[in-house]
Amino acid sequence: MVTVLPKVDVVTTGMGWAGGIVAAELTKAGYNVVGLERGEERSVEDFLLCHDEYKYNIRKDLMQKLNKDTLTFRNTRKDEARPVRSESDLVLGTGTGGGGTHWGAQAYRYFPYDFEIRSKTIERYGAGKIPDNMLIQDWGITYEEIEPYYTKFEQMAGISGEEDPLAGPRSAPYPTPPLLMAPQLQMFHDAADRLGYHPYRVPAGNVSEVYTNPDGETLNACQYCSFCGSYGCEYGAKSDPIVTVIPTAKKTGKFELRTHALVTRILKNGNKVVGVRYRDIRTGEEFDQLADVVALTSYIFNNVRLLLLSKIGQPYDPDTGKGIIGKNYTDHHTILGATGYFEEKKFNNFIGTGAWGSAYNDFNADNFDHTNVDFIHGGQIEMHLLGNEPITNNPVPPDTPSWGKEFKDKSIYYYNRTLSVVSQRAFLPYKDNYLSLDPVYKDDYGDPLLRVTFDYHEMDFKRHEFLSDKCVKQLEEMGADLVVPHPMQEHFSGRFTFQHDGGGAIMGSSPKNSAVNNYSQMWDYENLFVCGSSAFPHFGPMNPTPTMGALTYRATEGMMAFLKNGGGLVIQPK
Amino acid sequence: MDEGKEKILDKKSSRRSFLKNSGIAVGGLVLGGTLGSLFTNKNGTQGPVTTTQNGGQPDFTEALQFFRRTSDFDTIAAAMDVIYPEDSNGPGAIALNAPYFLDKQLAGQWGTNTYEYRKEPFQEGHTPLTNGAIFIEGARKLKELAKSEYDASSFTELDEEQKIAILQKLEAGEVEMNLISSSAFFGLLRNVTLQGCFCDPLYGGNKNMDGWKMKEFPGAQMSYLAYAQSDEFLVIDPISVGGHKH
Ligand SMILES: Cc1cc2nc3c(=O)[nH]c(=O)nc-3n(C[C@H](O)[C@H](O)[C@H](O)COP(=O)(O)OP(=O)(O)OC[C@H]3O[C@@H](n4cnc5c(N)ncnc54)[C@H](O)[C@@H]3O)c2cc1C
Ligand code: SF4
Repeated sequence: MVTVLPKVDVVTTGMGWAGGIVAAELTKAGYNVVGLERGEERSVEDFLLCHDEYKYNIRKDLMQKLNKDTLTFRNTRKDEARPVRSESDLVLGTGTGGGGTHWGAQAYRYFPYDFEIRSKTIERYGAGKIPDNMLIQDWGITYEEIEPYYTKFEQMAGISGEEDPLAGPRSAPYPTPPLLMAPQLQMFHDAADRLGYHPYRVPAGNVSEVYTNPDGETLNACQYCSFCGSYGCEYGAKSDPIVTVIPTAKKTGKFELRTHALVTRILKNGNKVVGVRYRDIRTGEEFDQLADVVALTSYIFNNVRLLLLSKIGQPYDPDTGKGIIGKNYTDHHTILGATGYFEEKKFNNFIGTGAWGSAYNDFNADNFDHTNVDFIHGGQIEMHLLGNEPITNNPVPPDTPSWGKEFKDKSIYYYNRTLSVVSQRAFLPYKDNYLSLDPVYKDDYGDPLLRVTFDYHEMDFKRHEFLSDKCVKQLEEMGADLVVPHPMQEHFSGRFTFQHDGGGAIMGSSPKNSAVNNYSQMWDYENLFVCGSSAFPHFGPMNPTPTMGALTYRATEGMMAFLKNGGGLVIQPK
Repeated sequence: MDEGKEKILDKKSSRRSFLKNSGIAVGGLVLGGTLGSLFTNKNGTQGPVTTTQNGGQPDFTEALQFFRRTSDFDTIAAAMDVIYPEDSNGPGAIALNAPYFLDKQLAGQWGTNTYEYRKEPFQEGHTPLTNGAIFIEGARKLKELAKSEYDASSFTELDEEQKIAILQKLEAGEVEMNLISSSAFFGLLRNVTLQGCFCDPLYGGNKNMDGWKMKEFPGAQMSYLAYAQSDEFLVIDPISVGGHKH
């Protein structure tokens, strides 16, 4: 027996950043929003005792448990996919705040090049530069068009930062100044200056000073407490939906939150959706929540899975290249560089925040000439002070065993004597990397799990070698006595360790090459908005959240236009 | 070496000689006066160490929740102590109480893999065993190897080099095990050893925060704002989550 609930203006399927932004914007505009969230409700009080590496970083206490459902994974279509079984291999948000509670809050924008990657690559290097099996496409939005929404996200989240001289132009400075300059970061800057690069301090949602955002929500000043990414912030100093957009939505009186509500289907009627079906996971009761607009805000995996389970849109078929749902999946869990060992120096490596760091973009996007390299795009060269926890961090030089006397001695000696410089790099889509439903494994309720098929391609290795070399040079210039590059594995390991995934319901300028338009509105189902990094046609070089936040802000304008006009596509296909 | 640790070691060796010298019958409960109570297994090897703290009061949480056979516990403990041995830096896994940490973890949801996806089929490389079952299987395998390789009645009896040789075989995946590869078992054992040495002491490991002290890690401090720009290396007394006052 399913209970049908009266229609509301908008229903969301998750209450992380995407769900929070939708709830805040739509309720401020006077619409009723029901926020469905499979997890519990959380507040800052949940984080008062969270300086505990074992519970939060090893056992992933704040994250989604995998006992009821998970992903399956394989490298190629020839392999049989296996379920990701352990919480240490698949980190997903749950509860109000979602991943926005335990993110590190590095808050980058993508580059103008990202949004027009295909045309700009062809313009500068010719079509021959793009391999046949690579599916890059322009996003259907330019940097100029998305810029105001980036600003909106940054203002809401209180992002602390300074201008990156090599990034796209900004219409407003960061709302709060950058985090402090640590001695290690000063070393990074000095070395980068000597090498002729353009270092800057990375933008952080670990807010540098008390800040009240345009919605009237106040964030406190970051205490550099070190328990940040993977943890919640007990000071309310990390930008998180539960201290920003969710309270904003609640203040309007037009928002209703329902927790422990697992959305299992999108309900449709003809070429419209009419609401969603969800299950109270405590009681097993099922409900149909009717709505004029459905906003999928359940992160890419469940966004795509709900579309496939509900038979909305045509599933992508890698054999024929037809279909769109599941296409252009990109994973971004390969953040590698090099580690430098310093014999004479000891650093306070136990001090950190989730986004304390410096970087340069001289080898990112199309900021350098790719004529003589065998790849396109690039990565950011960066160093972070995250607060090195003692279980996870045991740096030892090569050829040291991973246990026993020598391991112990060296890992203790080098614990505060190493610095790592890494590069986050872009991941571009290929024909054979995609999402689909698994034919074997099911969730607790009998629905197929989502299956990830993903592996690296030649350009990924070329890009890696190039950037790895830059990281090595940077550390050498910083005076490291020994620099050890991080090897790239031959195949993607299937460890999904910080929610960096894109694609599956990609955006574009026409239904021929995309599932949604640049308002995240589904071309084929006008009242269905698919919000989040599922819309990314490729994964840009750095962390995704401001880009997905900006697209979600734009999506809320689309929802309002749709509701006001009583229907229709907000933008026509080109 | 810190004082408490020396005491533990003294006690261990005196227990050993006590057992040897007195020739006490195997399998029974021995009331050892100042040595505290201790169990022996069939082979007469030493049982769990009852360490004392707080002016000689026993720590009653240093008892077994998960393991039924003390010989299984001792075997795993001895292996952990080879993985993270005592040295001039400070205590090893046993003195840091890593084995008790493991026992407590196995008694809880982690021991039964409650929050993992457990549906069949388990393909090659995925073990159907729970973490609890893996450690029992592992302990028995270590004992068996001690016997087959060195004709010893227990793993704990082996000298350090012999223990290392056995662990290296496991690590290399060269040992046949039931429903799990020996390298997977070893990887798990190695990881839980480090967890037990460096977790918050609230879990029963990292005793006295000695693991953190070795690494000069200040533990669960509330704020480093005042130190964020310090050029000097800071040695700060660690605190545990249990020391937080909110
Ligand atoms: C450890 C870690 C560090 C990170 N650091 C950074 C960083 O420094 N910078 C950065 O930009 N990004 C970072 N990220 C990524 C960031 O967290 C995500 O990009 C962001 O949270 C995505 O927001 P979202 O709203 O799309 O999804 P989520 O935050 O995952 O929210 C989705 C919500 O939907 C709920 N949900 C899912 N399925 C259903 C369903 N069927 N029914 C009901 N509810 C459902 C979930 O419970 C969840 O609350 C990090 C992530 C992790 C895990
Ligand atoms: S480092 Fe700063 S933002 Fe992060 S949890 Fe600590 S106080 Fe909060």
